[in-house]
Amino acid sequence: MATNFRELIEIPIGPWVESGVDWVRDNLAGPLDGFAAGVGFLADGLESLLLVLPDWILAPLIIAFAWWRVGWRFGLFALIAMFLIAAMGLWRETMQTLALVIGASIIALAAGLPLGIAMARRDGVATVIRPVLDFMQTMPPFVYLIPAAIFFGLGKVPGTIATVIFAMPPAVRLTNLGIRQVSQENVEAGLAFGCTSRQLLYKVQIPLAMPSIMAGINQTIMLALSMVVIASMIGAGGLGNTVLTGIQRLDVGLGFEGGLGVVFLAILLDRMTQSFGLRRRRD
Amino acid sequence: MSAKITVENLYKVFGPDPDEGMRLLEQGLDKGAIFEKTGNTVGVRDASFSIEEGEIFVVMGLSGSGKSTIVRMLNRLIDATAGRVLIDDRDVNALSRNELIELRRRDMSMVFQSFALMPHKTVLQNAAFGLEVAGVDQETREERANKAIEQVGLKANARSYPDELSGGMQQRVGLARALAVDPSIMLMDEAFSALDPLIRTEMQDELVALQREHRRTIVFISHDLDEAMRIGDRIGIMEGGSVVQVGTPEEIVSNPANEYVRSFFYGVDVTRVYNAADIADRRQVTVLERPGVSMRSALERLYAGSRDLAVVLDRDQKYLGTVTAESLAAQIDGAGEPRYADAFVTDVEPVDATTPLAEVVARSASNRLPLPVIDEQGLYVGSITRAAVLRTLDRSGE
Repeated sequence: MATNFRELIEIPIGPWVESGVDWVRDNLAGPLDGFAAGVGFLADGLESLLLVLPDWILAPLIIAFAWWRVGWRFGLFALIAMFLIAAMGLWRETMQTLALVIGASIIALAAGLPLGIAMARRDGVATVIRPVLDFMQTMPPFVYLIPAAIFFGLGKVPGTIATVIFAMPPAVRLTNLGIRQVSQENVEAGLAFGCTSRQLLYKVQIPLAMPSIMAGINQTIMLALSMVVIASMIGAGGLGNTVLTGIQRLDVGLGFEGGLGVVFLAILLDRMTQSFGLRRRRD
Repeated sequence: MSAKITVENLYKVFGPDPDEGMRLLEQGLDKGAIFEKTGNTVGVRDASFSIEEGEIFVVMGLSGSGKSTIVRMLNRLIDATAGRVLIDDRDVNALSRNELIELRRRDMSMVFQSFALMPHKTVLQNAAFGLEVAGVDQETREERANKAIEQVGLKANARSYPDELSGGMQQRVGLARALAVDPSIMLMDEAFSALDPLIRTEMQDELVALQREHRRTIVFISHDLDEAMRIGDRIGIMEGGSVVQVGTPEEIVSNPANEYVRSFFYGVDVTRVYNAADIADRRQVTVLERPGVSMRSALERLYAGSRDLAVVLDRDQKYLGTVTAESLAAQIDGAGEPRYADAFVTDVEPVDATTPLAEVVARSASNRLPLPVIDEQGLYVGSITRAAVLRTLDRSGE
């Protein structure tokens, strides 16, 4: 039955996408190269920044930051995590992954937050963007690797770009949601005291949406981390490489070490970014 | 005094096609029919009134009567569908965006039911919000906000955050925020409704006191008659989007325009809510009919207590009848063995405990004597005097 149907009607979605990708590659080479150069600059810059500092300077900095933002218990956890990462010989890989996560998150947020704000302010924008976000989130993340590799080759740049696409939706969604959930009376109060629409956004809506926006930022960073591991398949490097090597060699120990590094990084990033979501006062 | 705010034939229709709603209104259709036909909701319908400079004008009505809509059309948080709002003889609906923002910053401020404070700002920063928005420099705005905070008695809490304050204190911040811009008009949307009753009256008194110091034009939305009477110089009553009566509290109480207005004073109809048992009491003299207790001693108890009637019960508290001092005396002085049964007054019929008050009222109106109330087993529950009936009816008018 299925084969019969396929013979009767054939809609070549796959080939269409392929020719579309080919067209983009052939005709938009200039802008793509420029974009790649920008992303590459950011990714390389962050990586060399994190690697130029020796571990005995960077690790204490991270531990101190964890202590300050979250508490001494978490500082202790950071200490143990840093120690184990260094002891497993994965310091360099961990920093590469961290650089990728930070780079991809910066780009994802730079695009995602304004997009979320635009969605909240105009229903039309929301109607267009929402299905795009659904698409981005439900498409299996491996699929992004293919066009990213075609357009940008192998390495950190396509890895970063695939990560950006995968990690951006929560920032957009939660920014939109947070702003829309600001209570009607608060918005009215802003307007009644004579806010312009720009003042309303910056003095009322964004501050009141902050917890939700911060949750979105946290989610974006966590998704970026999970995608960065997958992106190692197109040569993004870092801890993902370690895991990938473990898989290829069926080396359980190596795979576990790489995985543990990712888990440590995830917990550290999660708690530290969450700490910014809590309302800060008296500072 | 002159009119500060004039509302002329103001309409608001919400929904997919307000113009269609307006057209049907002109054809004389009512709110329900228009909603059914077009899905448009008539919020405010042909409202006209004026508010004098320096008065507290209370807009009163049940929820859904359009009072919140009307106050939001005064500062154009909601755009009117038709009609005019004049503030100092300027048509608010004709103002440009910038003029409107200027008007809101300079002339009008607003206090909200749920306070609507900014949780990330301190009390002082909240109070200074209007000035901040208007671009007043920090030093001046803090000075003015401080003064406003002092006026509402929150000086000690200037550095607190809203969630550290009680509801009453939070609304004082809301009030300070409105006062800080020194507006000539303040709009207060159910400003005290979320507060508990004690704090509410305190705030009402304070508002009146503030008004004594510096007269502003205040438009106060409320659904609470007590509040309206307490603070209002004049009251406008809204029903289903229309303004049905405007007047001083005295005018409205003494001459309510319709049943709806009257219902505010009488609240629920108590004669349907209460039944006979609810208002019966056992303060009447009761005597037990049993051997050895003479009727003479019963009569003496009546004289001693200056009462003129007694309820006669049997040993099981079953109601037997009612005797008066007269009938008792006549029976004792008469020939033969005196018996209670012969002394019962005939025109007192006991009422059942579940009889609604409405019926009791009718019965007690036609009978001078207190009505005995009995339960389904015939046991005596108590008596209802006329005074008790009147007291109950009167309580409902509070």
